[in-house]
Amino acid sequence: MTTAPPSVEERDQGPADLQRAFDEAVAAEERIEPRDWMPDAYRATLVRQIAQHAHSEIIGMQPEANWITRAPSLRRKAILIAKVQDEAGHGLYLYSAAETLGVSRDELLDKLHAGRQRYSSIFNYPTLTWADMGAIGWLVDGAAITNQVPLCRCSYGPYARAMVRICKEESFHQRQGYELLLALSRGTEAQHAMAQDAVNRWWWPSLMMFGPPDDESSHSAQSMEWKIKRHSNDELRQRFVDICVPQAESLGLTLPDPDLRWNEERGRHDFGAIDWEEFKQILKGNGPCNEQRITQRRRAHEEGAWVREAAAAYAAKRAARHGAATTHHNHQDEHRAQHAHDGEARG
Amino acid sequence: MTTDWPLWEVFVRSRRGLSHTHAGSLHAPDAAMALRNARDLYTRRGEGVSIWVVPADAVTASSPDEKDPFFEPSADKPYRHPTFYEIPDGVKHL
Ligand SMILES: [Fe+2]
Ligand SMILES: [Fe+2]
Repeated sequence: MTTAPPSVEERDQGPADLQRAFDEAVAAEERIEPRDWMPDAYRATLVRQIAQHAHSEIIGMQPEANWITRAPSLRRKAILIAKVQDEAGHGLYLYSAAETLGVSRDELLDKLHAGRQRYSSIFNYPTLTWADMGAIGWLVDGAAITNQVPLCRCSYGPYARAMVRICKEESFHQRQGYELLLALSRGTEAQHAMAQDAVNRWWWPSLMMFGPPDDESSHSAQSMEWKIKRHSNDELRQRFVDICVPQAESLGLTLPDPDLRWNEERGRHDFGAIDWEEFKQILKGNGPCNEQRITQRRRAHEEGAWVREAAAAYAAKRAARHGAATTHHNHQDEHRAQHAHDGEARG
Repeated sequence: MTTDWPLWEVFVRSRRGLSHTHAGSLHAPDAAMALRNARDLYTRRGEGVSIWVVPADAVTASSPDEKDPFFEPSADKPYRHPTFYEIPDGVKHL
């Protein structure tokens, strides 16, 4: 985008005025937009969070793609492909949002491949059986929804808008997972056992998706102040547990926590202690699939290089042949007819 | 290697009778690929009947910071709104 030169008033604004305008906008529940002034730390926090979120979406395609060729029916296969494609789309919405903050997509991918930016720890667990497709949809996408619905009101406009799109699509992900588990749970004894085993393995890692407990969460307080985050990790985790308990009952499955019980006084469920050591080990790269996920991501990127290069070469050649002044405008001719049809093209 | 595919802004008309609305952006080597990518990215569930893609660097924007002076001319002209005018009760179709 081209920006008009700053007005006299704008050049005269001191740093204190800029900070005050930002604080007031955030306090008034207005959205911060890409070319507004924002504190460096706010920008850096958003880049880190949105990049990690984008990486999670595309790495998250791997554990599910693992089962596409072995889906038990054409119906389930079509559903799973659509879900994995959605996750690719989520990654793209989020990379676009991150780019509005002045980072390039290539830079973000390089950092992911070099292990300098993270993705959600959940995707470092293996998908051992078909029932895992159900458990992931129900629990992993379910936890993601609980996390992401409040992000639709995030103070940064492009991130909030990406989250609105994503949340609309996540609902299908969760429901297809639940339906899949229900079919298994009501199936043969072996199918029921497979569903229960998947829930047993995915329950605790799903609770870890909400991040460390509030008293150990380093960025939380500041993010809440900036209205990037709206609820604490522990609050969202509690909300998720309360939602899941009756859903598990309807499934005819149990959650693998002997300490899980209704607390009349709090009006919420108590639940057992989370193994944070396991979480830390995975963040350090020692989870069951860390190595495999990042290796596959790098390989996909490298093996796709010729496609990207060929497309760029083709575009450059066409641009040269059309003798256009800029590389972008030359293909517009082909679409002008259609634009004219739309009646609103400006030539 | 870096691909340097340009950024495109995507506008989608959700149904006939409505204008195109900004949906988001994407990278593509040329306009034809941008359109295809936009279809796959922004209209997977019938969200659109028509798509425009525009090179992001072809968009000229007003600066958000100068919004007060830039848009000021419209702020002090309440007579542009129908509610500015007092019409006696009982006058119809006005
Ligand atoms: Fe997603
Ligand atoms: Fe999802």
